[in-house]
Amino acid sequence: MAAIYSLYIINKSGGLIFYKDYGLQGRMDTNDSLRLASLWHSMHAISQQLSPIQGCSGIELLEADTFDLHCFQSLTGTKFFVVSEPGTQNMENLLKHIYELYTDYVLKNPFYEMEMPIRCELFDINLAQAVQKERVSYLGR
Amino acid sequence: MAPAVPRSGDAIFANVERVNAELFTLTYGAIVRQLLTDLEEVEEVNKQLDQMGYNIGIRLIDEFLAKSNVTRCVDFRETAEVIAKVGFKMFLGVTASVSNWDTEGTCCSLILEDNPLVDFVELPDTCQGLYYCNILSGVVRGALEMVSMKTEVTWVRDMLRGDDAFELQVKLLKQVPEEYPYKDDE
Repeated sequence: MAAIYSLYIINKSGGLIFYKDYGLQGRMDTNDSLRLASLWHSMHAISQQLSPIQGCSGIELLEADTFDLHCFQSLTGTKFFVVSEPGTQNMENLLKHIYELYTDYVLKNPFYEMEMPIRCELFDINLAQAVQKERVSYLGR
Repeated sequence: MAPAVPRSGDAIFANVERVNAELFTLTYGAIVRQLLTDLEEVEEVNKQLDQMGYNIGIRLIDEFLAKSNVTRCVDFRETAEVIAKVGFKMFLGVTASVSNWDTEGTCCSLILEDNPLVDFVELPDTCQGLYYCNILSGVVRGALEMVSMKTEVTWVRDMLRGDDAFELQVKLLKQVPEEYPYKDDE
């Protein structure tokens, strides 16, 4: 079984602008989620400095015992990362798809203020559909 | 996972939803006319158009990156080519050409033979000094700023002012990579 536990979107300064929990433990406390996001932002930045290779673009995958963390950073500095069950496939494609949903339903909304928390219903709806499709396509295999 | 191949401007342009080009031209014309009425001064209108373009550019860049799958450009030359061939094609349906590079490779011109914004437009004598397409310079400036490049974008040639083409000069002022949190304790 492969499941997505949660999705985070961080703006270029490390602030959490979107957090959705799909797990069974319920939504994390707001302060905790903000703290986690800025921690990840810093770790991601540090990993680029630690890398022995020039031009490293930061952590893309973190594998732990009980979860995998897939991270995608756009060239504009916005980070999308998803915490999923170990061994979940296709998360990179899902993240790219979420990036496209972000460019459509968030950025093209003229009332959305850049870098601010995302409160766009259309984004929520389309995101839910994308995640649901991901679940269904896995179960269908 | 195999990296996504960058898509050509034509391919993306063919796949986007269509709108009537005349509606686009009319809408833009209405904006410029209204700005002239509200602000009266041609210089103010130029500034507002640039600012509007900037606000579009900062949002458009992510759309561009998401749909075109371009990878990080190696140098400014590549950036200019990508803007001209993929960017302009994707959003305006026309490709631009890049020329007039300076010796350091930080300043070039994007030349547009065709410009959908100015279909049917003629500048009256009262509006000399107006850069009708100034929204485009703002768009380029805003988009590049979001990928860490501070630029100065100005019109060199403008067909509405009697020149033979639209020439947009893009000058790279500096690269500003992201400041990281742990460097801030000075």
